[in-house]
Amino acid sequence: MTQDPKVRLRGLYKIFGNDPAEALKFVKQGVGKEQLLVDHQHVLGLQDINVDMQEGEITVVMGLSGSGKSTLIRHLNRLIEPTDGEILLDGEDVMKLSEDGLRQLRQKKMSMVFQKFALLPHRTVLQNAAMAMKVRGEPEADQTREAKKWLDRVGLTGYENHYPVQLSGGMQQRVGIARALTANTDIMLMDEAFSALDPLIRTDMQDLLLELQTELHKTIIFITHDLDEALKLADHLVILKDGRVVQQGEPQEILLEPNDPYIEDFVSDINRARVLKVRSVMEPLNGGKAPKDAAGEVDQNESLEKIIARSGGDTTHTYTVTKDGEPVGTLEMKSLVRALVPRVASEAGARKS
Amino acid sequence: MAGGGLADFKGTGMAFYDGLFEALGLEDWCGGDASSAPLSMADLLAQNSGDEATGPIFPFPSLDNLNESCAAVSQTRDLTKGIEDSFLAAKPALQTVLDPVTQPLSWLLDGALWTFNAIPWWIMIPLLVVVSWYASRSKGVTIFVAVSILLMAFVDHYDVAMQTLSIIFVCTSISVLIGVPVGIAMSKSDRLQRAIVPVLDLLQTLPTFVYLIPLIFLFSVTESKLYGIAIILYAIVPVIRLTDLGIRLVDQDVVEAANAFGMTSRQKLTGVELPLALPNIMAGVNQTIMMSLAMVVIASLVSAPGLGVNVLRGIRNLELGVGIVAGIGIVLLAVILDRVSKAALSRVDMTNMKH
Repeated sequence: MTQDPKVRLRGLYKIFGNDPAEALKFVKQGVGKEQLLVDHQHVLGLQDINVDMQEGEITVVMGLSGSGKSTLIRHLNRLIEPTDGEILLDGEDVMKLSEDGLRQLRQKKMSMVFQKFALLPHRTVLQNAAMAMKVRGEPEADQTREAKKWLDRVGLTGYENHYPVQLSGGMQQRVGIARALTANTDIMLMDEAFSALDPLIRTDMQDLLLELQTELHKTIIFITHDLDEALKLADHLVILKDGRVVQQGEPQEILLEPNDPYIEDFVSDINRARVLKVRSVMEPLNGGKAPKDAAGEVDQNESLEKIIARSGGDTTHTYTVTKDGEPVGTLEMKSLVRALVPRVASEAGARKS
Repeated sequence: MAGGGLADFKGTGMAFYDGLFEALGLEDWCGGDASSAPLSMADLLAQNSGDEATGPIFPFPSLDNLNESCAAVSQTRDLTKGIEDSFLAAKPALQTVLDPVTQPLSWLLDGALWTFNAIPWWIMIPLLVVVSWYASRSKGVTIFVAVSILLMAFVDHYDVAMQTLSIIFVCTSISVLIGVPVGIAMSKSDRLQRAIVPVLDLLQTLPTFVYLIPLIFLFSVTESKLYGIAIILYAIVPVIRLTDLGIRLVDQDVVEAANAFGMTSRQKLTGVELPLALPNIMAGVNQTIMMSLAMVVIASLVSAPGLGVNVLRGIRNLELGVGIVAGIGIVLLAVILDRVSKAALSRVDMTNMKH
């Protein structure tokens, strides 16, 4: 990337307890999470987090409960204060902001979507959506116009005067998203935004988010414990475990090259054919010519599942891979099939049987 | 034998703890002759019957018992007298501060009493019915209010009932005006909460008659603020407690969302916390109304007008019928106030649409 990252976390630490500053010294000397809890009665929330979040991308932070992902996202707008480290937004240190400056940041630069929706129960859907603008004190006519526009966009036309409790979970979260969009901030923080929804609605909401993203190009930081969701949404995937970043990078890379047994376990249960894209398993042309015996052309962003369906299961085929219509590589069905088997899943399978 | 020994002991005119003070070498400090100390009532009775008081074999080392052996130790009644003296000493200072501060309360109470009685019944009764309709929006409650008031008026208890009602009206309003901000402050500061909760416990558990006593010392019994203060002190507790509780119970996720969107403390309080705490605050107001009704009856001992006066007359003169009719009037008033405020509360709850 040539551009500077929108948000940059540098050496971020968070320790919960009575004397975090003292405990930080031990952590920096290499005391682990369990030992810190037993010997010093402090909980290590986050440990040396370094993440760059690029403008216009969806950065997904994934981890199981207790891995510190919700703590991490709350550091970005300082709902939780870090024990140590820097949070840079457009190169400016968020930690140095005054109380007023911080409030300005929360009002104008970051909006947030919550797992439990956190809508105001005594306000209508429209008033909830307009909340951020009302906080900023913008004219009421603008509030109504903007809130209506985004409620329409998330598919809630006609529900403006309902109360949140009258809506289903999925619709409530649409209000939550409309509220964040009405705030019209560059950055959207989404804390397990879809985790409380049932699977079908969740898929709908993911599609909605991706659709909005192609249009709006916001910088989205998305927290989830669901790897499928993470792989579907992420431009940049950060995997957290016990408050540490275990691996981060392009999701396809992580899937093909997991660098930790923890991640290997994670990715072994994934439907790889659906998640992996052609570009991840193709042979690049590197200036060479497209093969003549190709059975056809495929786009580099097609999922392997589609290619398998197209080939009818025939593993002898070879395809030419194109990007925007230009050939960029070749795809052999054999290497495609090989990629479907996770590196350790075969061993794990052998272990189980 | 122990019994014989004690008899000898008493026979010589010695008290049980003489030996203790001798052993500690404190006789000089005690001032020698123990018999110069004021006599306790038991001693006095014993003297009159020609006997020395015979206490238990091993008396508890209380102030009075120690005093028998050592005159320098003060008696318990010195303590109660000390409290009284120090209160009397502080009284002028307290009065100069409290008198002007609380004077508006007297005006309010007198004004309300005058107003409620000055408005003719044919305006007042419909007015009350209309008010209860707007508060409760319930036909049943409104009809009940109308019937009850007409019934009380029919047995010539209209005036006293209005007096009671006016006192409750003033005292509850002041309790809410003071109690809600105090409750809000408490919910914002754990330290303040720790400091105020014991005071609230004290106000709630101290027998009502006990805090009438210092008030009688401070203010003239003829002044209305005397009972006004007593009622407010007693009735303010639930509205403070439930405001504090209500704000603390507001869904923390919603408060977090308010923070995340950069609300100021004021926006958060008026836009999120108070509206969501309103059902609890209203429950506190309901309790405050009920407690001021309970207190206004007791306060008739210190010249509060109203139904309580008739109850008191019933007790003093053993006029059973007078007492019972007034009592039933109080019950009707209580039910009216409770139902109207509860119906208003449930309406608040509905518009609030809690999960």
